[in-house]
Amino acid sequence: MGYPHPIHPKETPVLSTHFGDVEARSYAGWVARGGYAALRMALEMTPEAIVDQVKASGLRGRGGAGFPTGMKWSFMPKEDGRPHYLCCNADESEPGTFKDREILRWTPHALIEGCAIGALAIRAETTYIFIRGEYTEPYHILQAAVDEAYAAGALGANAFGSGKRIEMIVHRGAGAYICGEETALMNAIEGRRGNPRIKPPFPAVSGLFGQPTTINNVETLAAVPHILVRGAAWYAGLSLSSPKSTGTKLISVCGHVQRPGTYEITMGLSMQELIFDICGGMRPGRTLKAVIPGGSSVPIMTPDEVMDCATDYEGIAAKGSLLGSGGMIVMDDTTDMVYQIMRLARFYAHESCAQCTNCREGTAWTTRILERILRGEGKASDLDLLLDLADNMTGKTICVLSDSCATQVVSGIKKFRGEFDAYLSGAKAPALAEV
Amino acid sequence: MTTEMVSVTIEGLPVSVPKGTSIIEAAKRAGVMVPHYCYHPSLPSPAVCRMCLVEIEKFPKLVPACVTPIVDGQVIHVHSPAARKAREGVLEFLLINHPLDCPVCDQAGECELQDFVFQEGQAASRYGDYPKRYNPVEDFGPDILYVANRCILCTRCVRFMDHVTETPVLNVSERGDRAYIGIDPSAVLDHPWSGNVVDLCPVGSLVSKDFLHKARAWDLDKTASICPGCTQGCNIMVDTRDDMVVRLRPRANLEVNRHFVCDTGRADYRWMNRGDRCETPMVAEAGKLRAVEWPDALRRLADLVAAASGPVVMLVGGRASSESLGWLRTLLDGRALTAAMKVPIGPEAPIGAIPNLALRAERAANLGGAELLSVSGDWTLAVAAAASASLVVVLDVELDNAEAAQVASAGTVVHLATVADPRLGVPTLLLPVTTMVEEQGVYVNRDGRAQRFLPARPAPGMAWPAWRVAAEAWALLADGREAPATASEAFGALAPFAGMSHRDLGLTGRVVTAGVAR
Repeated sequence: MGYPHPIHPKETPVLSTHFGDVEARSYAGWVARGGYAALRMALEMTPEAIVDQVKASGLRGRGGAGFPTGMKWSFMPKEDGRPHYLCCNADESEPGTFKDREILRWTPHALIEGCAIGALAIRAETTYIFIRGEYTEPYHILQAAVDEAYAAGALGANAFGSGKRIEMIVHRGAGAYICGEETALMNAIEGRRGNPRIKPPFPAVSGLFGQPTTINNVETLAAVPHILVRGAAWYAGLSLSSPKSTGTKLISVCGHVQRPGTYEITMGLSMQELIFDICGGMRPGRTLKAVIPGGSSVPIMTPDEVMDCATDYEGIAAKGSLLGSGGMIVMDDTTDMVYQIMRLARFYAHESCAQCTNCREGTAWTTRILERILRGEGKASDLDLLLDLADNMTGKTICVLSDSCATQVVSGIKKFRGEFDAYLSGAKAPALAEV
Repeated sequence: MTTEMVSVTIEGLPVSVPKGTSIIEAAKRAGVMVPHYCYHPSLPSPAVCRMCLVEIEKFPKLVPACVTPIVDGQVIHVHSPAARKAREGVLEFLLINHPLDCPVCDQAGECELQDFVFQEGQAASRYGDYPKRYNPVEDFGPDILYVANRCILCTRCVRFMDHVTETPVLNVSERGDRAYIGIDPSAVLDHPWSGNVVDLCPVGSLVSKDFLHKARAWDLDKTASICPGCTQGCNIMVDTRDDMVVRLRPRANLEVNRHFVCDTGRADYRWMNRGDRCETPMVAEAGKLRAVEWPDALRRLADLVAAASGPVVMLVGGRASSESLGWLRTLLDGRALTAAMKVPIGPEAPIGAIPNLALRAERAANLGGAELLSVSGDWTLAVAAAASASLVVVLDVELDNAEAAQVASAGTVVHLATVADPRLGVPTLLLPVTTMVEEQGVYVNRDGRAQRFLPARPAPGMAWPAWRVAAEAWALLADGREAPATASEAFGALAPFAGMSHRDLGLTGRVVTAGVAR
């Protein structure tokens, strides 16, 4: 198949089996590939039974935090007489992350089916899929699939004649990274400014429109039909390293590798195999310098840390970083780390929602200091200042956007201090022009 | 009481508060101030300024004191090294884009940013020589300017308009450090209560055009008072500079006006500074007024009262104190008396989301007192009765031309005046009295709450409080009578307030009757 390159033997295609297969986008095509069998099963099951299956599978949130999905679902109240909501977080905006996009583009019905099952599990009648505004092509594909699913009776007031109501609304974002934060996402759906909310109350108590709500990532929900059809034990068995990390994970690899793209691996595959075998390694004559393994919000890893790292929640955490969203940014020896960290800080400064003082002012100030260093105007005290600002930006705000910015600065200075010093001492020529 | 109480230790001080109380409020009870900007007790808390982060023992992170309810047994540190460092960091972040224009800023001296930076900020800036964020000053409404450069984005103003006035015309515009307070381009900040955003603003970002560059905060004397504008009875602070009233601001009273006052009340202070005041007692002689000393004037007043054999009419303004109303009534006791208070009517303007808080249609602050003290006869009938009355007593009331003509036609007129009224011709007696900012007294609001006001500026010339004029004349009418020596005594001697003193009312008042709401 043409998608974008053939499946590598070290990949484990589950979610990505039909990537590149245009016919899988249609309702009929999806059913022909075994689709909607899981939803028909779920319609016969009790919510508790679905939750138990997902708990047993060990599925954890694929959006970044890695919270056990079944557990999250079980926090939803039972028989409380209030409407419940499921929100699917398709606001994939983290720099370096583009794995949900492939699900939305190629297998939209997998997501719709996953959402429908998730809604049944948490006793919700309505699902909102919040899709990143810039995802124009995926949006049109997803919306067409939702329309088809309604027409086919899979969704609606009487899903597959079961008497159960499953409504699904695709809501487009308007271009703010912060709306991928789950409480900001709910605010955005409600038509408010997309600012994160203070927790508690947690969404399971008071979420969308003040009602009990669960928010799940696209990849998490898309995995659920497979768990129901093939069994929790099968899914839990997909684990090469830590038994706490089960199933498969889509990893979107970008940067200085020969074959960037979205790959699906079994949890725990070594990061070295992922980068050097599946992605074809560095370009000729280049060597690995750094990897940001889980989207731009997690600490930077050095080649030493990459070489014996298992790509799962525990493996990467053991190396001081996080699996995060699975958006992997690979950088080779031509990379200017100071510049890259400045670019990320600039991103966070641009995207800060402006609520919390530390984030609003801290991300912008951090960016200015990094720009100053890159202009060759840095001061000897700048690194200490950056680290102190990072401390003032960590663990002190409503959401973790400011922590994410600080993480890059702290891990960057810790692991690549020499590059900063080269600018500060004048050993390296300024990389930014005067402003 | 069934409220469940929980006990915590804050800065080493044990304190017991109802379950659900936030740390910041619990700390207040313990006498510990947690520095804060976005938190305000009359607004929902967004926990965005991050100033009130405090340390709870055994908690992994600092928590915002404004939204975190206390849990029994917690040990909370407001001034631990971690909490102090966090606040220091926030203050530094707030200052990097804050212009240091305190010398020309109205807020200086009462600025929470100044206060907390002085208290625990860093001595020097680490920001360096970057230009600060610049946005032009914006005209938000009739009395409000937005100085964006000073804004720390606490969003109190946005939340006030959203949740209290329920007219959401303000927002946070833009993101990151480009953010500022935006206003709906088709709107102006002219809600009848919008002036409160100036008081809510912890810095000098929202300023009153009326007060702009008028006085420095440290030159002001502040006096607790009651708004004389309507029957709501909002608690206010009268700010004077060199004995001139320069500003009226709300004073907290959770039972009456929470932390707010309406724009009408806020703006209505110019009459307090009038320069054309009556300063000397005058008696009519051969068609002219002649200045006399108080004893002569009081003797004349007592004689006029004693000689009044026919109907007597008493016409008073809505700003008269209960003491004055009561003692004029006492003075005229036993006469065929028609007593009425003039109650101007204006549009009612509720604040929005707070029940029972509005600029009231009845623009007479002491209507409640008038009703309690039987000075609440029909105004039109009372004015009509003036022409044929044997004695008309007028107390500080603005008459229209027709009313003035009726009063002027009366044979004997005693005018207890703050300002002389030429339309009344030559009154028999013209006695200078103080206004409510020059005397101590009590108003009773529409809910029957008796509330004190205190003197904020000296009385002009020989002016006396009207109650004192009445009481001294009353004492002359019979042997053995002694006039009360103080306003508080004058208050306690009146039947509806029997046995009470001003002190009993405290600074937030006390309900003395089930309510005279109309």
